[in-house]
Amino acid sequence: MVGFTGKDAVLTRYAERLHELDRSKGQSLTRDAFRRLRRNRAAMVSIFVIVFIILAALIGPLFVPWTVKEVDWSAFRSPPDWAKGHYLGTDQNGRDLLARLLQGTQMSLLVAAVATFVSVTIGVVYGAIAGYVGGRIDAIMMRFVDIMYALPYILFVIILVVIFGRRPVLLFVAIGALEWLTMARIVRGQTLSLKEKEFVEAARAGGATTRTIVFRHIIRNLTGPVVIYATLTIPEIIIVESFLSYLGLGVQEPLTSLGTLISRGAEVFEVMPWLLIPPAVVLVTLLLGLTFIGDGLRDALDPKDR
Amino acid sequence: MLRYALRRILAALPIALIAITLCFIVMRLAPGGPFDGERPLPPAVEANVRAYYNLDKPLIEQYFLYVGGVLRGDLGPSMTSYDFSVSDLLGFGIPFTFMLGFSAFVIATLIGLVVGIVSAVNQNRWPDYLLVFVVMIGVIVPNFLVGHILQLIFGVYLQWLPAGGWGGNISQLVMPITVLAWPHAARISRLMRGSMIEVLGANYIRTAKAKGIGERLVLVRHAIKPALIPVVSYLGPGLSYLLTGSIVVENIFGLPGIGRYFVNAALNRDYGLVLGTTILYVVVILVLNLLVDILYAWLDPKVRYR
Repeated sequence: MVGFTGKDAVLTRYAERLHELDRSKGQSLTRDAFRRLRRNRAAMVSIFVIVFIILAALIGPLFVPWTVKEVDWSAFRSPPDWAKGHYLGTDQNGRDLLARLLQGTQMSLLVAAVATFVSVTIGVVYGAIAGYVGGRIDAIMMRFVDIMYALPYILFVIILVVIFGRRPVLLFVAIGALEWLTMARIVRGQTLSLKEKEFVEAARAGGATTRTIVFRHIIRNLTGPVVIYATLTIPEIIIVESFLSYLGLGVQEPLTSLGTLISRGAEVFEVMPWLLIPPAVVLVTLLLGLTFIGDGLRDALDPKDR
Repeated sequence: MLRYALRRILAALPIALIAITLCFIVMRLAPGGPFDGERPLPPAVEANVRAYYNLDKPLIEQYFLYVGGVLRGDLGPSMTSYDFSVSDLLGFGIPFTFMLGFSAFVIATLIGLVVGIVSAVNQNRWPDYLLVFVVMIGVIVPNFLVGHILQLIFGVYLQWLPAGGWGGNISQLVMPITVLAWPHAARISRLMRGSMIEVLGANYIRTAKAKGIGERLVLVRHAIKPALIPVVSYLGPGLSYLLTGSIVVENIFGLPGIGRYFVNAALNRDYGLVLGTTILYVVVILVLNLLVDILYAWLDPKVRYR
């Protein structure tokens, strides 16, 4: 399962270099990374844009004159009309597109956040346990990951969605539950080298249980790859969600998402172009911004070019 | 070499079986079914229908009947298209999907390689920036969006190409293949650019240049072949992406491949067809991965003895 955004390659390369880290430079690793991130113009601009989109999606609906549920009986299929407060026009049902767009962005972001959280949690815990326990259990666990890798996972997402209905919560979980494989691999590799370190030995000598060591000591030291992975997973999940919604298998009416809006807009583009352009622009901006942030973070945390 | 190939084939068989079992279990766990209509069927009719689809037998017997059927190439009856079996339906779609997938694969791989090499040779000059930008679009903008935009520009406004459908005319394939091939070409060119830059910095390239071999000959004779190795390892996952990616492309352009059957089946809860399509995809992808692995082992002898 190679990522849509090529994050596997990025992450593997980063993980390979991680052991070159030395922390005896006097400056905190995090502060150093932040300094380098701030110098990356594309990433900084992207952070502002993404924060703006998130804020707009969350509090924007308060400032829009129309709500999602209102139908303007005097304006069906209306192009952008500032006088009436339909800044982006209305759809075939007389609903304000700007309100719908904000609702859709909210949904897409929510799916991405929850699914990323699910996939990172599963991946980190699975990888850390496999790496720390080692031996036959490790071999079996990683063999399972290999098998899952070989399968066309988008089909499994579709099957899960078909079977368990098209409720948004299940959509989050279904996508998240199938996105954790790369994370598990990376975390396992890191754990294998971390568990030989002195501080783990010290913890064990101090009487810490396996669970404490894995969760308190090993996972805490994996922040770098986990952060990079999470930022690169979000755009990937947004794409998967919009892809499913596009096929009619994702978020259902009256809820909406960017993919659903694009799919509806594409059907009528020739006569009502204002229904397709705004969601498409938001989706592409979101994906571009998140990719730049992910790349910027990787560059900032990548020890090689220090 | 032969032993390596045999070992890989033996390792792939259980994966296929596990995948089939997994699909079967998940499908049978599903609540509801294609026969749950608005109006309940008379009990006698329902019993007959259930008997026809083997749903009245114990689960374990159903499983063995199904797996036995799959091994004989019989994927069971479709549950919504009553006159056809799943194998019939897939038989109609397979040639088209494969033709589409493989043409896109060949074209994308060739373009990706050329773009990667040109980018690497002109690293950080305008041809590189231009190509990286085009590639970026292919990776970030979801293919359903690219598909619709191309359809509108070339199909509706300029009318250079037919906007969709399939009637045996090659011009109808230009846009679908472009949409399908773009992200694949993008990823290949990214890989090729990276590994080519690495190879061009290697000592033996400097030696070759020092001996007075011309720039072009160094490139063709010494640089390209070793730079290809990471690209080859991506071909397997890449192909599986192309085959699953054709689901969207077939839906946008109204093409008669298995991707359309899959989506329609998923929407109509035709479990037999969904299961059959998934199994087909899994098997094809496993076989392709196997071929790529063997090709890889042939290119890089180190792999054989791991």
